[in-house]
Amino acid sequence: MSAAADTKPPARPRRIPTGYLLLLPGIAWLLVFFLVPTMQLVATSLYDPAGSLDTGYAMTWSWSNYVDAVTTYQEQFVRSFLYAGTATVLALLLGYPLAYAIAFKAGRWKNLMLVLVIAPFFTSFLVRTLAWKSILADNGFIVGVFKALGLVADDGRLLATGVAVVAGLTYNFLPFMVLPLYASLEKIDQRLVEAGSDLYASSFTSFRKVTLPLSMPGVVAGTLLTFIPAAGDYISSELLGSPNQYMLGNVIDNAFLVQLNFPIAASLSVLLMAAIVTLVFAYVRRAGTEELL
Amino acid sequence: MTAVLQRWGRWISEHLVLFAGLVVLAYTFLPISVVVLMSFNDPASRLAYEFTAFTWDNWRNPCEPAGLCASVVKSLQIGFLATLGATALGTLMAFAMVRHRFRGRSTTSLLVFLPMATPEVVMGSSLLALFTSAGLSGRLGFWSILVAHIMFCLSFVVVTVKARLAGLDASLEQAAMDLYATPWQTYWRVTFPLAFPGILAAALLSFSLSFDDFIVTNFNHGNTITFPMYVWGSAQRGIPPQVNVIGALMFLVALVLVLGGDVLRRRRPR
Repeated sequence: MSAAADTKPPARPRRIPTGYLLLLPGIAWLLVFFLVPTMQLVATSLYDPAGSLDTGYAMTWSWSNYVDAVTTYQEQFVRSFLYAGTATVLALLLGYPLAYAIAFKAGRWKNLMLVLVIAPFFTSFLVRTLAWKSILADNGFIVGVFKALGLVADDGRLLATGVAVVAGLTYNFLPFMVLPLYASLEKIDQRLVEAGSDLYASSFTSFRKVTLPLSMPGVVAGTLLTFIPAAGDYISSELLGSPNQYMLGNVIDNAFLVQLNFPIAASLSVLLMAAIVTLVFAYVRRAGTEELL
Repeated sequence: MTAVLQRWGRWISEHLVLFAGLVVLAYTFLPISVVVLMSFNDPASRLAYEFTAFTWDNWRNPCEPAGLCASVVKSLQIGFLATLGATALGTLMAFAMVRHRFRGRSTTSLLVFLPMATPEVVMGSSLLALFTSAGLSGRLGFWSILVAHIMFCLSFVVVTVKARLAGLDASLEQAAMDLYATPWQTYWRVTFPLAFPGILAAALLSFSLSFDDFIVTNFNHGNTITFPMYVWGSAQRGIPPQVNVIGALMFLVALVLVLGGDVLRRRRPR
């Protein structure tokens, strides 16, 4: 194609080749360092688990790795999705009023409030999570209040429980929920809401019938952006939980870096990816049809 | 009396959402205030997560714990280079995707989208699987972290710059061409200045993603210790309070940059 372009004067000069040239470096980078590794991960998940890093692995199409991975780490699998799901719902419940307040009630403070939403991101993820360790400490204020309210037993604690891990996940991914929610709320034509109240809808009814359905794209985007990283996260479960709260990420990290059991670790990684992709597609389809109704 | 109550009731219900929002904001700032508070802590033991006594010492000697400042410098270096690489590659891609026709557009969009939808633990482990199968597992370090960071920042750059370019009026460029500007002049005098805010935003986003990354780095760091790796390692042994000094400093610098940028934008006449 390019040889032909060289010999004959091209009819549409340079348009198409320039586009490809601009794309080439970025595409190449993504192919070599994203797509090829993902294929290598799938390949690794089918290697003979009898091999080791020193002796090398043989490709034996060992589908049994997947069976082993699921039976051994079933508990962490379920927990990852349970924790990530709970954190996503909590982030939605916290994030929606905040996004709504910024979009409709903040007035001239809108920009400042948006900055404040992302401000926690300015400091390190790990340092923030460790701050939660101080907040939820055994003789800290929060645990004291919870004990006084009878929510925590007198010898109980919050650290090293699922509550602490879910709290950490919710907190860390909240801005991913708020920003898309805000973006879709802000686009809503206020006249539609006014029309609702003109037709004698109470403010709650016009919220339920007008604002909420119109903000669904933001809800879908926000829940996905929260759920996906939360399901793969293992910082919260490591720093705020105990091995009883370990999620799939902890197991994958450990299998790759400590046990050096690459085939099982890779099959866990592939399963996590596959589960997330399946869930996301099912969810988007469901949300899409609901919007049409 | 009832009228007053009613007015109060209405005022509260009108502002209820705003209050709820402010409460949530306060919740997001709780850990930040703890970080700042703990940066002045004089801990009783290395494992202490509670405030014992006030001291200026941590701020006076932030580099006292061995390796802390070296790890910050390493993160800054990687963050700077990854930003440069990802912004350059991503901006070119965004220009191609908005301004040029080519075959395979939807495949390209998918390839850009996928890394953003992939959990970090999967990306990190696949890169490790690749590097290991290529026989590089003993040589992981600065370069492998950099390669990985450019990869996951790239998609965010493409999306950010694309959004800016898509909002630009192409007739401005046509006007420049009509006035006999060469394509090169048009690009540097018209297109680039208009796209610049998007490119800058993308670069800032890349830097913060790279500087803060733990999971992908953890799989591919070899013996190189970035700031998040340092924090992770010391979390097992007890966090030196200077880590909170670095955390508080990062927060302050970023806040000043963002608020300063906002003030500058407001001052400039439109």
